[in-house]
Amino acid sequence: MKKYILDLVVTQNIQLHANYVLIKLTHVNPLPEMLPGQFAEIRIDGSNTTFLRRPISINYVDKANNEVWFLVQLVGDGTRKLATVNQGDVINVVMPLGNGFTIPQSIATMKPLLVGGGVGTAPMLMLGAELVKRGCQPTFLLGARSSKDLLQLEHFEKLGDVYTTTEDGSMGERGYVTQHSILNTNQFNMIYTCGPKPMMVSVARYAKAHEINCEVSLENMMACGVGACLCCVENTNEGHLCVCKEGPVFNIKKLLWQI
Amino acid sequence: MADLSVNIGNLKLCNPVMTASGTFGYGKEFEDFVDLKSIGGIIVKGTTLHHREGNPYPRMAETPMGMLNAVGLQNKGVDYFVEHIYPQIKDINTNMIVNVSGSAIEDYVKTAEIINELDKIPAIELNISCPNVKQGGMAFGVSTCGCSEVVKAVRNVYKKTLIVKLSPNVTDITEIARAAEAAGADSVSLINTLLGMAIDAEKRRPLLSTITGGMSGAAVKPIALRMVWQVVKAVNIPVIGLGGIMNWKDAVEFLLAGASAIQIGTANFIDPAITVKVSEGINNYLERHGFSSVKEIIGALEV
Ligand SMILES: Cc1cc2nc3c(=O)[nH]c(=O)nc-3n(C[C@H](O)[C@H](O)[C@H](O)COP(=O)(O)OP(=O)(O)OC[C@H]3O[C@@H](n4cnc5c(N)ncnc54)[C@H](O)[C@@H]3O)c2cc1C
Ligand SMILES: Cc1cc2nc3c(=O)[nH]c(=O)nc-3n(C[C@H](O)[C@H](O)[C@H](O)COP(=O)(O)O)c2cc1C
Ligand code: FES
Repeated sequence: MKKYILDLVVTQNIQLHANYVLIKLTHVNPLPEMLPGQFAEIRIDGSNTTFLRRPISINYVDKANNEVWFLVQLVGDGTRKLATVNQGDVINVVMPLGNGFTIPQSIATMKPLLVGGGVGTAPMLMLGAELVKRGCQPTFLLGARSSKDLLQLEHFEKLGDVYTTTEDGSMGERGYVTQHSILNTNQFNMIYTCGPKPMMVSVARYAKAHEINCEVSLENMMACGVGACLCCVENTNEGHLCVCKEGPVFNIKKLLWQI
Repeated sequence: MADLSVNIGNLKLCNPVMTASGTFGYGKEFEDFVDLKSIGGIIVKGTTLHHREGNPYPRMAETPMGMLNAVGLQNKGVDYFVEHIYPQIKDINTNMIVNVSGSAIEDYVKTAEIINELDKIPAIELNISCPNVKQGGMAFGVSTCGCSEVVKAVRNVYKKTLIVKLSPNVTDITEIARAAEAAGADSVSLINTLLGMAIDAEKRRPLLSTITGGMSGAAVKPIALRMVWQVVKAVNIPVIGLGGIMNWKDAVEFLLAGASAIQIGTANFIDPAITVKVSEGINNYLERHGFSSVKEIIGALEV
């Protein structure tokens, strides 16, 4: 897929709560094709301490409005600076990058479960929308620390059944996503997941134990984002692969995780 | 339009802007962003005799105005390069240069011999300065006899343009540069990365799996510029300057200090189209100052 360096214009920057913003951006020309699971490398202007671009998943593409959405968790100087953009500001992005999730051809028999934790729910929205478009019924299992960290629920609910867990029990079942009772029903034949590494490892362990095909989206630290520097590698059964190019999505069969 | 062409030994560059090894892949990774033939030369990834997996993750850390890397020369080896990569890049219409790395002299020699046979590779850059591999690599670049020995051995078998890439992690870089020149190098390029370190105080752990790594990016520019200035005065072969070049102005500074060409590394990560912007910027600078050729500003620093 052709990659572009684009100056996108902020149409909206919505503060979802203290630690998250949803930034919607547009372009004078039609946005390029993007696949669920792909990401952008965003240049952060005006932060003295942020030298490299920051990788952020494509959260959603609103074709009708020619908009791309990024869901950003404020963790350090770069994301904090990014969160201060206003309507009309220009953000320089390189995208679309990475491989994206695999969506099988024979989708009719597919019963996918999309598991997101924290800001890892970001790519699940676009993936869910694509699955619906292709005629299948996704189920979402979303986990967070507490109810206020469960983001964009109204959008997920439009796409399929949504189950939630919170660590403090303020919404859905208390605990981690992998403890949710929906997993006892054994009705899924495909799992997609993105979130903190320990969560993805437990999801992968569940998938392996139940012989369910499973793809995870990794968030290794990146420099170039285009497969040139080899900084972002993950050890796999094919050796060190670039998460930015051969990933960020990997089938768990490829990874050397202890699961 | 000013004349931007420069020569490095027998190598003719359409402009003085090259890309630094390990930061531009094999060029292909950037073809969506820049017209590769408008780059003076592309120095591809460090290539070794045998396949190398490189160092474990994490291999990079951001530092103030720069970064550390500890990739450790991950590559599939020279045979793989010849069979699978060379056919894909040989028709890129610019100087495709291979960065040759190793940990023993015989390895450098064998690799150089193999690459000597490739028609469309007009030069090699001998990396005697990688801080990220345990034995060798930088070891050759930090002593005059080490440098001299490996350059002589490669010179014996390599018939085309031989560029030697110098390490800044030495007391006197001019000594090493002179040794490379005396051993038959056609050009020297500098600087490779500076040995550095970063710590996560909260976790009380190093940020790199290798603890130390190579520093690059804007932060290293003043050091690189100083070293280029010193080496230009010490040798009679063309010098290729690099280290922290982020824009055309930085590039012009290196040319003024005496570099015959420059390389752009880390800046490609921040702006994948930086190479063409830098050559345009150099051209504008030349026109603005009434120079008709870039050669007029090489070493034109007034002191
Ligand atoms: C493919 C990919 C997709 C991503 N998608 C999103 C997304 O949609 N939304 C979002 O908010 N974030 C996403 N991230 C993570 C995001 O890139 C980092 O949070 C961001 O780079 C941190 O920058 P900073 O300057 O704010 O923090 P820094 O000052 O760089 O770091 C602050 C803290 O965050 C940690 N950190 C930095 N980078 C990462 C990383 N890549 N992974 C995990 N921890 C990190 C650091 O170790 C440090 O402790 C994604 C990362 C990748 C690789
Ligand atoms: C991720 C990364 C990988 C590198 N790999 C190599 C390499 O394989 N061989 C080499 O000679 N130099 C390598 N370098 C060093 C660069 O070519 C260059 O000398 C250095 O980064 C300084 O220039 P810069 O500040 O413009 O990046 C690497 C640098 C980086 C950042
Ligand atoms: S970030 Fe450079 S190869 Fe992945």
